[in-house]
Amino acid sequence: MTGPQSAPKIAVRGLRKLFGRKRVLDGLDIDCASGESVVIIGGSGTGKSVLIKCILGLLHPEAGSVRIDGIETVGLRRAARERFLQKFGMLFQGGALFDSLTVWENVAFGLVQGRGMERRAAREVAFAKLAAVGLGPEVGELRPAELSGGMQKRVALARAIAAEPEIIFFDEPTTGLDPIMADVINDLIVRCVREVGTTAVSITHDLVSARKIADRIAMLHHGRIIWEGPTAEIDRSGNPYVDQFINGRAEGPIQMEIRAA
Amino acid sequence: MVRFLAAIGAAFLGFLAAAGRLAIFAGLALATALTPPFYFRAILLEMVNIGYFSLPVVGLTAVFTGMVLALQSYTGFSRFSAEGAVATVVVLSVTRELGPVISALMVAGRVGAAIAAEIGTMRVTDQIDALTTLSTDPLRYLVLPRLLAGIITLPVLVVIADIIGVFGGYLVGIYRLGFNAQAYLNGTWQHLETTDVVSGLVKAAVFGFIIALMGCYHGYHSRGGAEGVGQATTHAVVSASILILVVDYLITAAFFGR
Repeated sequence: MTGPQSAPKIAVRGLRKLFGRKRVLDGLDIDCASGESVVIIGGSGTGKSVLIKCILGLLHPEAGSVRIDGIETVGLRRAARERFLQKFGMLFQGGALFDSLTVWENVAFGLVQGRGMERRAAREVAFAKLAAVGLGPEVGELRPAELSGGMQKRVALARAIAAEPEIIFFDEPTTGLDPIMADVINDLIVRCVREVGTTAVSITHDLVSARKIADRIAMLHHGRIIWEGPTAEIDRSGNPYVDQFINGRAEGPIQMEIRAA
Repeated sequence: MVRFLAAIGAAFLGFLAAAGRLAIFAGLALATALTPPFYFRAILLEMVNIGYFSLPVVGLTAVFTGMVLALQSYTGFSRFSAEGAVATVVVLSVTRELGPVISALMVAGRVGAAIAAEIGTMRVTDQIDALTTLSTDPLRYLVLPRLLAGIITLPVLVVIADIIGVFGGYLVGIYRLGFNAQAYLNGTWQHLETTDVVSGLVKAAVFGFIIALMGCYHGYHSRGGAEGVGQATTHAVVSASILILVVDYLITAAFFGR
């Protein structure tokens, strides 16, 4: 693994995002060093996915700064954003595979459409990436709808790593999978982060997954990072919010918003 | 009274805002045609989807439209002994009006709904965001090919619908109403002018654009899972159908409103 360097690969400062009157992100700060795997934990609806979408430029924040390799990316124009997005890979929670394409075309999509690679060469890369996530060549010609949830997740992972991006985001990579398949996905994530030296930012509720894939864990609550530290220190964080979350207790400072029907 | 006026004002401002959003969406999508990359394969696929697979439904509606038109014209015109004008009325009605409008309404139901459902599903399952993260502009990859395919294929469909519609009228004229075949054909050609056909084809191209645009726009902005996609589909078909009829009047007025 590449050791964390002094200049952060990703630097987020004062990020604010509103939906109507609701402040989802409220002056959020976080850094991620090159080659580091950071996992952001937090309850449902606390803005974890919104944070990733703001970094990628899929959502436009009301205020704040997102610097990638020191370059400001908030407010980039369309063409510049397309170029800057070539640094990123993204594993979506539901896979987000294209139904109308075969599995190998999904994996090769970013290479062919985004980078102009020849279809034949991209096909070879796609099959190699499918093999890297444990899927045989027979899967390549199937449609995503013909695969199980776990296989779809692996295909989505193959697509995320196909172009060997510098930074990969994992949105709930193990949600909806059985524990064994979840561990397979965790191993794949660890392998592609540690072996290739990719910078990884993951969001998850799954503490088992977080402990396995993270160098550092950060907790998001009320639109801000309320605790961050090395994975090994999460059990002795001394933060009552973190303690309540990792122990899964209903009682504590985090109050779930439950509305009567 | 003030509240009533405020409601009217709010509705009018809402309408203007929606029209503005639609115009910006269309402008941004069309602007992607000016710079590479170009997705020719996607355009061809959409031309097959919109044009080729709509042939059966357009052909069927055209033949029955022509047949009914001949029958109705004959029974109406016979009241003042103008049966001889049936062939001319059929060909002018079909080429100027019924060919483009009925084809467009059928395609709006078939294709507009399918476009909205497909793009809407892609939106709610993050596939459109996935396109963006794979350095692919969704407007260039999803919207522009459909807009171009709509503009190109609708006129072709309408030419076919015109021929089939006139043929339907011919069948009824000859075999049901007892016209002489040569006289019917003469009546068809004698008063047909280039403008009649061209106006229909211009309408078809504009209708094709409207159908694809409304399908893409409503699908692209759908929210809230399956229910949102269903609403997008309904809105796409209803708004395209209404716009087709409004624009039909405007183009007719531009061509023939002397």
